[in-house]
Amino acid sequence: MPVISFENVTKVYPLPAGDVVALDGVDLAIEEGEFVLIMGPSGSGKSTLLNIMGSLDVPTSGEVMIAEKRISRMDDDDLTLLRRDHIGFVFQQFNLIPLLSVVENVEYPLILKGRQNDTRERAQEVLEAVGIAETHFTHKPGELSGGQQQRVAIARALVNDPAFLLCDEPTGNLDSKTGTAIMDLLDRMNHEEGKTVVMVTHDPRMTDYADRTIRLVDGRIA
Amino acid sequence: MTFFDLARRNVTRHWLRSSLAVIGIVIGVIAIASLGIMGNSISLMFGDMVSDVGDTLIVTPATGVGGGKFTERQVTDITRAVGSNIAIPFSSTADRISVGEKESVAMIYAIPAEDIPLLLERESGAYPKDTGAGCLIGSQLAANSRENGLKLGARVRIGGETLRVVGVLKERGMGFDINPDYAIIVPYSWYSSHYDEDNYDQVIVKVRNVDDIDAVKESIEQRMNRREDVVNVMDTRGILESIFAATESITVFLAGIGAISLLVAGVSILNVMLMSVTERIKEIGVLRSIGTRRSEVMRMFIYEALVLGFAGAAIGGVLSFFTGYVVTAVFAGNADYLFHPASLLYIVFGMAFGVITSVASGFYPAWKAAQLNPIQALRHE
Repeated sequence: MPVISFENVTKVYPLPAGDVVALDGVDLAIEEGEFVLIMGPSGSGKSTLLNIMGSLDVPTSGEVMIAEKRISRMDDDDLTLLRRDHIGFVFQQFNLIPLLSVVENVEYPLILKGRQNDTRERAQEVLEAVGIAETHFTHKPGELSGGQQQRVAIARALVNDPAFLLCDEPTGNLDSKTGTAIMDLLDRMNHEEGKTVVMVTHDPRMTDYADRTIRLVDGRIA
Repeated sequence: MTFFDLARRNVTRHWLRSSLAVIGIVIGVIAIASLGIMGNSISLMFGDMVSDVGDTLIVTPATGVGGGKFTERQVTDITRAVGSNIAIPFSSTADRISVGEKESVAMIYAIPAEDIPLLLERESGAYPKDTGAGCLIGSQLAANSRENGLKLGARVRIGGETLRVVGVLKERGMGFDINPDYAIIVPYSWYSSHYDEDNYDQVIVKVRNVDDIDAVKESIEQRMNRREDVVNVMDTRGILESIFAATESITVFLAGIGAISLLVAGVSILNVMLMSVTERIKEIGVLRSIGTRRSEVMRMFIYEALVLGFAGAAIGGVLSFFTGYVVTAVFAGNADYLFHPASLLYIVFGMAFGVITSVASGFYPAWKAAQLNPIQALRHE
C-alpha cells in the first residue's frame, strides 16, 4: 500500500480570465521508505501537487489517498487532523513559532494531539536526534542560525511520527554547506529510520539523495 | 503550554499595544463602576435624608379656608381621625432674635410641649415644658452661633421676652414636615400667648405602621373634607418614591455614560486584535498547516481578548474602589456609602462588563483568523 497515491488527479482554479488547470490527470504512487524528488519549472503545478499531498487542498477530480485515507470528501477538520497525525511539514522559511522556545516548538504538535505526559521528554529526544544541543532547547527560534532552525523544524515534523516528511525547498534559504548538512540529516532519517521523504526542489544536485525524481511540466508528469 | 499560554505570550509580546488596550478597558470599568457608585450613593443619601419622615403625613389647610390655618377644633377632629396614630399640630414664623448684643433672624417652630419629644430628638439638655419659658435650638443653629453665645443655657430674646435654651436638638437633615436644624423650637403655649394666636399652620401625622399610611390618609380626608375641601393631606412616601425613581434614572444614565466608554474600549480591543491577526497571518498559516484546527485558532485569539479583558477588569476593579471612595466622599459627603452592597455590586458589574466587552470585541478577529485559508496564509509575507 503506497503512502501517497494519486489517481487521475486534476486541479482546476477557476479565475475570471478563464480556468487555470494546475494539475492535469496526474497518476503517482509513493511507497513507504522512498525518497522522492519533485522537480519542474515555475508554474508546472509543483506547489499545487505539494498542497494536495500535504492535505492543505483537495483535488477538483480524481482520487487521492494519503496514509490510507481518501481526502476528496474530507472537511476542514478532518484534513487538519490528517496533517497533524500523518504528515510532517518542512518549509523553506523554517516557519517556527516565534512565541515558543525551541523545545516548545517541537512539543507543540504533541500537545495538539492531546498527549499530556512526557511531551517534553519526547521533544528533547527528537531534538537530540536531529543534532540540536541541549543548551539551545530553551532559546527562541530567532536566536538560532538558519541551519539550526531547519533542524528544529525537522524535529517538529518528526515528533508525531508521521507517515512521510513533506519538504518544500528545505535548503532554499541555507548556504550550500549548511544545506548539505540538512540533506544529510534527511538522508539519514530516510535510510536509518525508514522515513518516507517527499521533497520539492529546483536544485538538480538533490537528485543524488533521491531514489527517484518526478518531473512536472504543465501540470503533467513528464 | 496551552493555547491560553500562547495567547498570554502574544499579549506580552506587544507590551505597549496591549497596555493601551487594557487602559481602555480600565477606564471603561472605572467609569461604569464609579458613576454607578455615585448614582447609588446619591440615592442612598436621599434615602437616609428622608427616611425619617417616610412614615409621615402632612396635613395642610386647603387654600382659602379659615385664613389658611387650622382651628383648635379642626386639630381635634384630625387627632380623632388618625386614631391611635400621633397627630402633632404646629405653627411656624420667623422673627428677630437677640442673644446678648447680637441680633439675627431665625425660624421659629411652635409645637405643643408634650409633642416635642415625639417629633424631635435631643442632643443635650432637656425638653421645654408648657409652663416654663424654655426653648430648643437646632443643631446647625447651635453650631453656627456658638461664638454669639447661643448655646445650652443661654438666654434668647424674642420680641421683648426672654427664653432660656434648655436643650439642643440632634441633627435631623432635610425633611418634608419641619426643618429644625436652623430653627428655634418653642412650646406652643408660649407662642400662643406671645403672638396672641390660637390657630395652627399644619398638622404632622406620624403613622406607627408605614403600611397603614394610605388608610390613615383616607380617614383624615373622609372626616375633614365632607362637604368641601378643608385639608390637603400630603403623603411623604409618595414624594419619596418619586425622588427614588428620579435618582434611579440618574444612576442608570450615569452608568450608561460609563457603558459608552467601555464601548470605545471594546473598539480599541477590536482594533488591537485585528492588527494582531493581520500581523500573524503567516504564523496562523504555519499553525494551521501543522495541524491546528480552526476552533483551536479561534480559541487562541479569544483567550487573547480574555487576557486583555481580565487584566483591564482587575486593574479597573481595584482603581474603581478608590475612585468610588473619592466620588462618594465628594458627592454624597459620606464615603460609607461605598461599602453598601449595591455600591460594591457596581464594581463587580463594571468588571464583568469589561470582560464581556473584551471577549465580544475579540470574537470577530478570532473568527477571521480561524477562517484564513492555510495555503494563502502560509504564502503571506
